[in-house]
Amino acid sequence: MLKVVYNGEMDPRQGKTVTGKVIPELLANDPKIVYLDADLMSCIGTLKLAKGNDRVIECGIAEANMVGVAAGLAAAGFKPICHSFGIFSSRRAFDQAFLSAGYAKNDITILGSDAGVSAAMNGGTHMPFEDMALYSALPGATVIDVSDATCLDSVLRQCPDRPGVKYIRFSRKDYAKIYDEGSELQIGKAVTLREGDDVVIFACGLLLHEALQAAETLAKEHGISAAVVDCFTVKPIDREAVAAWAKKCGAAVIAENHNRFGGLYSAVSQVLLEEALVPAGCVAVEDEFGEVGPQKYLAQRFGLTAEHIVSVAKDVIARKRRGQEDAGTNA
Amino acid sequence: MQEKESKQVKALATRIRLGILDAIHSVGSGHIGGSLSIADVLAVLYGREMRYYPQDPKWEGRDRLVTSKGHCGPAVYATLAVKGFFPYEELLTMNKPGTRLPSHTDRNKTPGIDMTTGSLGQGTSLAAGMALSEKLKGSDCRVFCIVGDGEAQEGQCWEAFEFAAAKKLSNLVVLLDWNKRQLDGYLDDCLPMGDFVAKFRAFGFDTVKVNGNDVDELAEAIARTRKGGDRPYAIVMDTVKGAGIPEVEQIPMNHSIAVDDMQYAKWTADLKAQLKELEG
Repeated sequence: MLKVVYNGEMDPRQGKTVTGKVIPELLANDPKIVYLDADLMSCIGTLKLAKGNDRVIECGIAEANMVGVAAGLAAAGFKPICHSFGIFSSRRAFDQAFLSAGYAKNDITILGSDAGVSAAMNGGTHMPFEDMALYSALPGATVIDVSDATCLDSVLRQCPDRPGVKYIRFSRKDYAKIYDEGSELQIGKAVTLREGDDVVIFACGLLLHEALQAAETLAKEHGISAAVVDCFTVKPIDREAVAAWAKKCGAAVIAENHNRFGGLYSAVSQVLLEEALVPAGCVAVEDEFGEVGPQKYLAQRFGLTAEHIVSVAKDVIARKRRGQEDAGTNA
Repeated sequence: MQEKESKQVKALATRIRLGILDAIHSVGSGHIGGSLSIADVLAVLYGREMRYYPQDPKWEGRDRLVTSKGHCGPAVYATLAVKGFFPYEELLTMNKPGTRLPSHTDRNKTPGIDMTTGSLGQGTSLAAGMALSEKLKGSDCRVFCIVGDGEAQEGQCWEAFEFAAAKKLSNLVVLLDWNKRQLDGYLDDCLPMGDFVAKFRAFGFDTVKVNGNDVDELAEAIARTRKGGDRPYAIVMDTVKGAGIPEVEQIPMNHSIAVDDMQYAKWTADLKAQLKELEG
């Protein structure tokens, strides 16, 4: 079942509500699941598990060791889920994720909380704009930027049984409600949230909400029909959906809470270049480090807003029209 | 060990050294120093201590070995070949295109290799995870992890050691190859590591130091770890890098060197003479 219920409202379930509910369920239902954390259980609602379950492993503040231990558990047939903040789950433990897990074919799931600007008050030292780039470069990895609470619930249940290294980045705080509770999203399949003809917005993570708001503004204020596609699976990107929507609309905007290098913009650009070359632009972090502040301020500061999406959409549509005019002149 | 068994294990160590030479000479050069220094511990492990079946390398009930100093693959391959995990002649394919014997050990390529290693330090956490797995499964399998002394400069090792002690992984035996040399020279000139025994003890390990090129001392120390308890074990093996081939021992920078035909002929002849003496 997959049902879109977006109406602009926030979901009462935060990211940490979902992890706090689903991880215990996975542990209860599958004796092969092990859950490892590096002193951040309280951040994702799982501290209640810390005592009394020998498949819940507190590793202390030692992320590289945690990922290595998880890989060792996977070698014995367990299905480990590790969590830390996205910066540690990616940068700090990347060699371990790459070699001990990926290269050695020890299949593990890695959660990176506080995606991009949602790291907010922890500031620039804690703000991952590069985590998807790292995991995208790991052969065979699955990279997911969670688009809402239901999406997080759904991918968390699927990832332990999926081969390879799975990296899930998410906000432990608020999400707009996009999918009806209980919806199942298929990893690797993008979801069309809104049909359109003039431009397509490919978005992931927290930028989905901005993309949907932008599409509404484009329709109401500019008479532009914008499609919105949820690319929560950044790798493997849904090539078919990306190519089909790019061809249909003839212009594309890619929006993500990540550096413009190595994330969704890179993944979609490859498909456009190879299968559907259309005018495209991105709303992403312009190769900068993060900084401290409220999430809303940071979204403005880095241009990760509906307003910015509207502006880039108008730009790519203008480029598309110029192309069409040039084609007409040449004919 | 009784004298007869001791001789058998020494003979196995000599065969392992011959295998190391066969493999490295065949490809021209390789990590000979650190491979030779662990030949004796491998002989004790595979000659008397570990449970395994060469015909069924993935048997659930086996003891596991993690060669965290993964560049010493030649020593492990020689051991596995002598023990019949794969044909002995396969040693001559090491590091050649399409081989199942890459320079660093790989669990997905070689029968009998339990874990992939190569980025120093990582094998320690993997071994801790494997030991924890056996505890969770309620099995009595043990995990042996050979760590280099230079490798111990990697911080991850100490994260893994503190973890192993905290989780009471008494089925984990860390075998530290204290051969006192690393790629750039002597450990004490590069980055002195201080007293390994004191460090392991401070980290909560049941720790002993032995002559790591003496199979009798090794056998006794490793047999002691069978008793379990609530602490992981560390055996600091005082070894010589290049042990067993005096000419290699005397090359100060013997981490990875070329072995030419003359050297190969001389060294294998010496080892075969020793073997004859041991096996009668």
